[in-house]
Amino acid sequence: MSAGVGVDLENLWIRFGDFVAVRDANVNINGGDFFSFLGPSGCGKTTILRAVSGFLDPSEGRVLIGGNDMRGIGPNKRPTALIFQNLALFPLMKVWENITFSMEIKGASASQRRKRADELLDMIALPGQGDKLPSELSGGQRQRVAIARALCAEPDVLLLDEPLSALDLKLRQHMRTELREIQQRVGITFIYITHDQGEALTMSDNIAVMRAGVIDQIADGKTIYNDPNTAFAASFVGENNVFRGKIKQVMGNEAMIATNRSGDLVARISTANQGKLQEGDDAMLFIRPEAFSIAADGATGDHFVTARVTHEEFEGNVYNIFTEGEGGKEIKVSLPNLGQSFEDHTGQNITLEYETRNAVLVPAGELAAE
Amino acid sequence: MNNSFLRVSIWVYLVIFFLYLLGPLVIMSVTAFNSSAFPRMTPWECLTFQWFGELFQDQRILNGIKNSLIIGAGTVVLSVAMGLAGALMLTQIWPKLRATYYTIIIAPILIPGVVLGISTLVFWDRINRMLGLGADSVLSNGIFLTVIGQSTFIASYCMLVLVARLQRYDVALTEAALDLGATHAQAFRKILLPFMRPAIASAAVLAFLASFENYNTTTFTFGEYPTLTIELAQKVRYGITPAISALAFIIVALTVFFALLNEAKLKRQELVAAARKKATVEELAGKIKLPSFFAGNMAAVLLVVFAVATITVVGTATAYNPGQCIANVKEQKRLEAEQRIQELRKQREEQRKKREAEEAQQGGAQQSAPKPSNNSGFGNVFAPNTLGGDTEEESSEPETPPSNNGGFGGAFDPNSLQTDQ
Repeated sequence: MSAGVGVDLENLWIRFGDFVAVRDANVNINGGDFFSFLGPSGCGKTTILRAVSGFLDPSEGRVLIGGNDMRGIGPNKRPTALIFQNLALFPLMKVWENITFSMEIKGASASQRRKRADELLDMIALPGQGDKLPSELSGGQRQRVAIARALCAEPDVLLLDEPLSALDLKLRQHMRTELREIQQRVGITFIYITHDQGEALTMSDNIAVMRAGVIDQIADGKTIYNDPNTAFAASFVGENNVFRGKIKQVMGNEAMIATNRSGDLVARISTANQGKLQEGDDAMLFIRPEAFSIAADGATGDHFVTARVTHEEFEGNVYNIFTEGEGGKEIKVSLPNLGQSFEDHTGQNITLEYETRNAVLVPAGELAAE
Repeated sequence: MNNSFLRVSIWVYLVIFFLYLLGPLVIMSVTAFNSSAFPRMTPWECLTFQWFGELFQDQRILNGIKNSLIIGAGTVVLSVAMGLAGALMLTQIWPKLRATYYTIIIAPILIPGVVLGISTLVFWDRINRMLGLGADSVLSNGIFLTVIGQSTFIASYCMLVLVARLQRYDVALTEAALDLGATHAQAFRKILLPFMRPAIASAAVLAFLASFENYNTTTFTFGEYPTLTIELAQKVRYGITPAISALAFIIVALTVFFALLNEAKLKRQELVAAARKKATVEELAGKIKLPSFFAGNMAAVLLVVFAVATITVVGTATAYNPGQCIANVKEQKRLEAEQRIQELRKQREEQRKKREAEEAQQGGAQQSAPKPSNNSGFGNVFAPNTLGGDTEEESSEPETPPSNNGGFGGAFDPNSLQTDQ
């Protein structure tokens, strides 16, 4: 497989008047990678994509594609193709005309275009649909036509702006695997924008977590999930229970915080923050719902939490227990359903246990909005 | 009961409304086929197509139509281009300026056409002089001035039509085209322009009609190229003939024709689209049904009826000769007129006899009375006969030929108009 063309953002700032949409972004995207920008809406991820595709110029900093500075080069001259959020299929053109629009621009003959369109239609599993209008296709089919249209331009970098957000759940999950397959087949760099952490985690080689114009963390999915840099990354990616407190004691890679409700708790300091957190700092401790287990009543210590159960729910593969937690937030515990029957704990106090290496400590910071 | 009253009143209202709207057109159209020299529906004389023939022999009307078409075409091109540019500008302009820009560009619609006409004339005359050109330069040419003058406000209409469509345009489509390697010009030509095509067509039709019927502005700018409306207005000053009704009828017929054609086309597209949606099922079943042009398409049926009617009328017109009828009517009128004159004469004869008898009586009673003269007596002024008495001398002139119109009294005789021609 070819190495592909990499994309680099160097000290990228993008401002709209007084508003800073992107603040000092530094990203290296390797050629041939599936790279995702993950963040809530309005965090500036689409702005970055538009800067890469050439629809807006950075206020400061540089966008490099394959090592070449792209400043002043229009979108039609860049080796990128963008798949729009609403797909932007040309409504008056037939499917095959849509797909081969980039060839029409280059002056290819109709028969050449037909031939290429048929190849691409086969690839996206829509053979023989070339003569329909986009409005006559279903959502998932339109989606695939948009991908084919972008691929027909033979870009070095394919940019995708939340292309799955308009699809229903089943189709979305199906398209995830399909996108990943297509990416591996064509071997070009994909830059994917999403607010859905599930999409980002399943498809990406690397993920950048963004918050209000700032990139909090760039890492692969596992690292982002298990070893977040910031409170935002920890709370935005996946579900997490938060415990706030001041650091009482730092013990190598671990530290103990004093919480209001749950007493002293110990956790591993996240890799990026090791050596930076000091005693007395405000910190946040995150424990995933699935990292808890139920301990024997009365057990105490720095990795036990006791709380009263407010309600429970059965989700099929997991069994969720909700208890009163810190600052009005509830603690969620997910126990795998292995076929055994659960006893109802509602109203009781239960003691929860976790392993300190499965809990992560980061400096106190902004949490993702629920 | 209340409900049925409401329904009845709605129908009554509708009838009145359509009478108000279409009545004048219907009457005008009917007069085009009446042989009466003055456009009127009653009394019906003879069915004739002569007015159409006369219309097409009238060089001034034909020339006016030609000028109107040339000016209309020029206005369409200029107005649609300017309207499109204005509409695009409106979507691109800095949002804070948008309202102001909109007001400025809409203003010409609110300015009276007369003012636009005068200012166009004055402005281009200035420019012409500044450039040191003569009175026969392009800038003072009637067609140029009229196109420019009409476009000043017709472009605003076009812009309104185009903006409505443009607001539904997804800018992402242009961006997608750029992203796929198109230049801005290519994106405009291949994506935006096809999208705007229906609105451009509407704007063009609107511009053409507005130009065709314009009088206020054109009356100042036409120079040596009078348009149809100008010619009509000038003609009306010297009295109108049913030839103008014939022209009106042709315009009405063309309008109806194109309206039906358009409606049938739209309906057909709808049906085709509906059929395409159903097609998948039918294709699977192995029978491909072509949508019939007429199925469920009322407009298409009407169109065909209209076309058949037109062919019939034209066919009749070529074969039909109203000469006999017109001759009959003439003859009848002559007879009528003669009869009336006879009656009149008889009446006067009786009156004279009566008066002579009276005079004879009076003469016996008053010898010292002044010279007897019918209007010398003060008391006679208000007598019913005195009004008619003015013509007495004339009619007493021996034996004027009845159909003769040399006499003053024949001025209002219906025959006189015909004999003039």
